[in-house]
Amino acid sequence: MSAVRADAPGRDGARLGLAARLGAARDADWGPVPVLIGLALIWLVFQLLNENFLTARNLSNLVLQVGVVGMLSLGVVLVLLIGEIDLSLGTLAGMCAAVVAVLLTNHGWPTWAAIAFAIAVGAAAGLLQGGISVLVGVPSFVVTLGGFLAWQGVQLTLLGNAGELRVEDEFVRGIANSYLPSWLAWLLLVVAVAGWWADVALRRRARTRLSLTTRPLSHDVAACLAPAAFGALVVAYLDGYFGVPWLLVVLIGISVALGALTTRTQLGRHLFAIGGDREAARRAGVRVDQIRVLVFALAAGLAAVAGLIAVSRQFAVSTGTGGGTLLLEAIAAAVIGGASLFGGQGRVYQALLGALVIASVENGLDLLGKPSSTKDIATGAILVAAVSIDAISRRRRAARGA
Amino acid sequence: MPAVNSAPLLRLEGIRKSYGAVHALNGVDLEVRRGEVLALVGDNGAGKSTLVKTIAGAHTADEGRILFEGDEVRVSGPQAAAELGIATVYQDLAICDNLDVVANLFLGREQVKAPLAGRLRRLSNAAMEQRTREVLAELSVTTLRDVRRPVSGLSGGQRQAVAVARAVLWGSKLVLLDEPTAALGVEQTDMVLGLVRSLAERGLGVIVISHNLSDVFRVADRIAVLRLGRNAGTFVRAESEPDDVVAAITGGRLLSGAKAS
Ligand SMILES: Nc1ncnc2c1ncn2[C@@H]1O[C@H](COP(=O)(O)OP(=O)(O)OP(=O)(O)O)[C@@H](O)[C@H]1O
Ligand SMILES: [Mg+2]
Repeated sequence: MSAVRADAPGRDGARLGLAARLGAARDADWGPVPVLIGLALIWLVFQLLNENFLTARNLSNLVLQVGVVGMLSLGVVLVLLIGEIDLSLGTLAGMCAAVVAVLLTNHGWPTWAAIAFAIAVGAAAGLLQGGISVLVGVPSFVVTLGGFLAWQGVQLTLLGNAGELRVEDEFVRGIANSYLPSWLAWLLLVVAVAGWWADVALRRRARTRLSLTTRPLSHDVAACLAPAAFGALVVAYLDGYFGVPWLLVVLIGISVALGALTTRTQLGRHLFAIGGDREAARRAGVRVDQIRVLVFALAAGLAAVAGLIAVSRQFAVSTGTGGGTLLLEAIAAAVIGGASLFGGQGRVYQALLGALVIASVENGLDLLGKPSSTKDIATGAILVAAVSIDAISRRRRAARGA
Repeated sequence: MPAVNSAPLLRLEGIRKSYGAVHALNGVDLEVRRGEVLALVGDNGAGKSTLVKTIAGAHTADEGRILFEGDEVRVSGPQAAAELGIATVYQDLAICDNLDVVANLFLGREQVKAPLAGRLRRLSNAAMEQRTREVLAELSVTTLRDVRRPVSGLSGGQRQAVAVARAVLWGSKLVLLDEPTAALGVEQTDMVLGLVRSLAERGLGVIVISHNLSDVFRVADRIAVLRLGRNAGTFVRAESEPDDVVAAITGGRLLSGAKAS
């Protein structure tokens, strides 16, 4: 039989000319680089405008500020991955916050039971929406738009006439208001870095054993050292104020777990497949419907956790908790982090970086004493700019057939 | 020829399928043997894709029997077809553009390892990549060098190669291809037809739909013609002329000349 000659460029960069290398760099998947550059620029500008921006105290605040949107964006990115949308996650977070407050304050439930129940309520609400969307075939946009209204109604009902409910529970208050002791922060960092190094090494060994191409050793070394150095910097810097907030540990912990789920497991592979081509996935035997429902439930469960964080930040639940532009900011965060609204594209931890971009803009403008109207305009502009850059690079890549 | 070759791998009897008021298939019979390429031809809307989808479990027939390796089977879904050893390369290919070659080859049947259960098991990416390279080498596919590239960047022929390799990878016994060479250039068509032949040489049964009679005469052992959802003749390639087949397709004459025994 005849075979067409390969025209794909070789993998070894050593023999490539400079032009080819630049071309390859342009074609490559840039991962978190764009959002990191954007973040660095934003931080630089705000630092120049106000020297307090990069202080340990303000960055520590920033971490707390990013909590609710960040947690919500983790759920959003999962839903976007399978090519769906969930407009209800914001008010769902508000409803779950109200559930926790009512159980703790009015009914005196034990902390753990109230939290578990609220998360279960959130997941059940997501299960319901996902079930309706998948089984009846109503687009998720519509079902979750209905949910958006309905959950807000439930929240208002729960809060009653007062419209606000304080929460005195120490643990719930502590979620966004307590810090790790220095030794524990360093210990966690060491454990996390050791785990990451082991993972990089094991992956390299698995490929070497099967005599597959491995990336240059320098790549792997950099992949090991960069997060370690960055983590050490963060811990040392935050130690200069109250220490590393527990909230940061929760955010990073959950996004690492979800990152592993999406990129390392069979289920994660199927999420990408469903988002890429649902019919192809179905024909390949992927249990598309089951997985779609599951994702809605998972995202809703994460929204419930976001609601808890909101309670912890405010020491109370009000009618406005989870409302306003919260969900839109979470979607913006996921998209700024590189998730595609068309599905099949996105990374969990990059959504967290996107949330950090949004929180940084708000925090910086707060420091400068700007009103919230300015913040909205700036956030909107950054969202459109981020997506435009992404769209342009994608189009150029597509034009070259890469 | 080995003795097993005389028993058909797949046998269809009286398959009927309607889409509402449209009778796409009106009692079709078909037989495929191991190591044989059967071409399925017919005009647009003759029911070729519908027939292939019935075998593949994409939908079920309203009536009729499907016998696979001599036993009557119900192909209730794509998973059931896969378990029987029936793989399908659809007209629209059905591969995920955002996934790389390896991920597409193994989609739905990923190699996994402990810990954790069910679909939370970890992917064995290195093992899957190595197996991919082996299969591509066995099929002499040299166009797919970088198996870690998303398939969105691949040419039509390369995408066909991915889809065909998937069938081989899964140890299929019967491979269905719906217009694998439509929209391909000369060289890429060559490559894909070579792939189809090499499937048969490995002892698989192959059903290939095509509108291109010169391709059909290059690759097929037998040619079955469908017309308006009915059988319109079966031809042994070596004993027939393209004109006979054209006549059967257009209904100029209801030919069963050089009918296969
Ligand atoms: N999903 C569907 N819903 C309704 N009618 C359909 C559907 N799929 C096919 N049909 C009809 O069934 C008949 C057979 O279609 P089929 O796609 O099997 O033809 P085909 O032989 O593959 O044609 P082509 O060569 O154009 O691919 C046609 O009349 C078509 O319009
Ligand atoms: Mg067709």
